[in-house]
Formats: sequence, structure tokens, C-alpha cells
Amino acid sequence: MPENCIYIARSSTIAARALAGEMMIMNSADSTFFTLNEVATAIFQAADGRTPLREIVRDRICEQFDVDPEQAQADAEQFVTELSGHGILLVSNQPLAPEAPR
Amino acid sequence: MSLMSEVGQKAFNLGIPIAVHMDVTYRCNERCVHCYLDHDDHGEMTTAEIKDVLDQLAEAGVFFLTFSGGEVFMRRDFFEIVEHARRLMFNVKIKTNAVMIHEEEARRIRELDIDTIQISIYSHRPEVHDAITKLPHSLERTVRSIRFLREQGLRVTIANVMMTVNSSDHTGVQKLAAELGAHYTLDPTITPMMDGDTSVLSLRIPGEELPDIFHNPALVANQEEFCAPPKPPSEEDLEGYSCSAGHSFCYISPYGDVFPCVQFPLPTGNVRQQKFLDIWNLSPQLKEVRSIQAKDLTVCSSCSHVTSCSRCPGLAYMEGSMRGPSTADCEKSFYRTGVPTANMQRLGLSKPRSTSGLSAPLIQIQPIAVPA
Repeated sequence: MPENCIYIARSSTIAARALAGEMMIMNSADSTFFTLNEVATAIFQAADGRTPLREIVRDRICEQFDVDPEQAQADAEQFVTELSGHGILLVSNQPLAPEAPR
Repeated sequence: MSLMSEVGQKAFNLGIPIAVHMDVTYRCNERCVHCYLDHDDHGEMTTAEIKDVLDQLAEAGVFFLTFSGGEVFMRRDFFEIVEHARRLMFNVKIKTNAVMIHEEEARRIRELDIDTIQISIYSHRPEVHDAITKLPHSLERTVRSIRFLREQGLRVTIANVMMTVNSSDHTGVQKLAAELGAHYTLDPTITPMMDGDTSVLSLRIPGEELPDIFHNPALVANQEEFCAPPKPPSEEDLEGYSCSAGHSFCYISPYGDVFPCVQFPLPTGNVRQQKFLDIWNLSPQLKEVRSIQAKDLTVCSSCSHVTSCSRCPGLAYMEGSMRGPSTADCEKSFYRTGVPTANMQRLGLSKPRSTSGLSAPLIQIQPIAVPA
């Protein structure tokens, strides 16, 4: 999948809330509980299914945090892959409709 | 410390209401002998009002949301409420007797990704369970519903309230839970009724029987540590607080009244009159609850159990003072460890005064008057 075509959306199966700038996430399927740091929280909050990941990294990460753009993109892709594996993010090379509760 | 505990502590320190218990109705299809509620509808919040409160709770940072009652399924709009809550990405738990859950409801609950469904079972014997709920065939119906929920892969917790009338049945309920693939919890707490009537306290397990429960490894996992004599409190311990009530947790009644906890009937405001966050941040009552440290407790600050006691400030409040002892918890601490409490010593008692006939003045839950 070309990296500039990655779209991400939050799964409707999870529970999530920001606590002092860090996102708490609970996956109801297996009750796994995660917290995301500020950078990961920014990516998660921008996961609207319509904005390409590269744009999220450029506008939300590189703009707000002092990071190397290439490193940020690589880290973001790894993070997205991990969260996708836990069923927290949906990943596609096509825009995704945000999931409503089923 | 687990990640969950760390997050809970962070919310506590920041004063963020990370968890809320909301009763959506007090109406119920059962009439449990030990229930503390008045089941009449005195003007429940409408669907729109509850949705608005949920919007406010999400804004306030609430993550863990428990819906309870009464029986939640007495509300025809219950799924609409849960759907709204899930759209707001709450972690939702439901407490129910499950009698009204059939295959269709179980499927809907799974589709909404509910975290856990907690269901009360009092006995594995229908004649005992049904006599407690006063609903014929209720055990049969509840067990059938649990099977529907389990078939959907949902997590079910069976809550076994232990009282005099079912005290010998916990092993049977535990086996039933295992057979159904449900988690099992046991609770010997019986709460006075909302109108102040203490007659239900006669159903409390007599204190003399508590050691059999506390020293039963099948019921208490870390029994040795649980029953160990208390360690002397440090100065840091005395700077500590009782529990999360009013700090990172609160309770909202079907009428919109906000309390520090479901078991702490101190009125702090009503969401029909004020925004939730205004109540949470500005209520003098909540500020007072938050100010109380272990060193401020009138009797318990000098008690050797002060750090390990399950002292409930709500039960203490119902006995007359939120800074005072909770007799039921004094009883538990004594029978758990064999070490007398400061409250017992103060009263010159060699064993706790029975809480089943508690006659202390009780503070009653009264709905806050809302102007029409």
C-alpha cells in the first residue's frame, strides 16, 4: 500500500476518552486497556477516515511537536499498524466512512 | 500498579469524574426483599434530558459509565440511551436482572459493544431466588437470559448479594456461574432503604458469620493478606482519602440528582437545574467530601484499621456523619482480622454491635425539589 494513500478511522467497537491530553482506550472485545501519549492521541483524534495519514502527520504532528518529518511518518505508520492489530483503528487505502455504533 | 489503577489515580488527583453510575429508572419488575429503592416514578428524566446529560458527561471526561436502576429495561428507550452513550465512546456496563433480555436484546447488546452485563442471582435454588425477588420463575428467566448473552460472547458477571435468607447458597451460585461461563462476585452489603427504613438491615449476615466468608479461600482470593492484622498507619496514610466517591466518581439518579456515590445520599445538585460540570466543580457538598483526609476522621483516624478498612463514607454519612465510622465496616474489619476497632474500644465493646438491628439516625435520600 503506498504510504501516501493510508486512511485511518476509529473503530466503533472501542471506548475512548482523553484524560489530561492522553487518550484512554478500551477494546470491549477483549477488555484490553491502552493509553496513548500526546503524539499518538493527536493521530487518533485526527483519524476521521478522510484525511490521509501523511497529511495528519504533516499538519497535526510536525506542526505541533518537534519531530523529524520522515521519522514521524515512519513512527505513525508503525503505530497505526499496531492499533489496527488491536482493532482500535481501521486502515485502508481508500477513504473510510466514520463508524457509527452498529 | 496496573495501567488501569494508574489512570484511576491520575483522574483522582486531577479531580476528573472518570466514572459515573447512572440509574435510568427506579421502576422494577422485581420486588427484592432487600432493595433500598422506592419503585414509583416521581418524574424520571426524559430521553432527551438523559442524552443531554450524557453529552455533558463526555465533555467532563467521564469514561466508565454504568447504567443501572431499578430495572433498566423498564425504560422503552433504554437501547436509544445506550446507543447515544456508545456514540459518545463511553465504556458502558449494564446492571440488570436480565429477565427482559431475550435473543434479540442480547444481539443488540453485543452490537453496541457493551463491556459487561452484571446480573443479580441470589440462589441457585428457584424457591430461594424467586422468594427474594418475589417474581415467579425469575431464576429460570434470568438464567435463560444469561445463556442468550453468553451465546453472543458477552461478558457476564453474576452478583450474589448474601443475606440471612440465602447465606448457605453461595457455593451453588458460584457453580452456576462457572457453568454459565460468568464471572462471580459476592457482596454481603445491605443498605438502608431510601426512606430511612432500616428494617431491611435485619437481612444482613450476622457479624459472627462473617469470618466463615472472609476465611473461605473459595470466596477470597488473597485471603492471607486480606485477613492479616492491620499495619500501623504512616503519616502519608493519614494524608490519604477514603475512596473515589466525589473525587473521580459520582452517581446520578433518574431524577437528575447528583450524589457522590450510589451509597452516599448527600445531595450536591441537579442536572435539570445546573450543568453537570458546575455541580462537579462548584458544589460545596462535593468540596467538603473531597476535603476529608484519614487524619480528619473523628474516630477512625486513631484506629489501627484506618488504612485497610473498607470504611464507606456514604454508610458513615447515613449513620450521622461522613467523618464518623461506618459500623458495618467496623464489623467487617474486626471479623476479617480479629483485631478490635477504635470504634469498638470507644464504646467498650468486645465485639461489634450488630449492624443488622442498627438504630442510628439515618439521613434519607429525598429528590431535590426542581421548580416546574
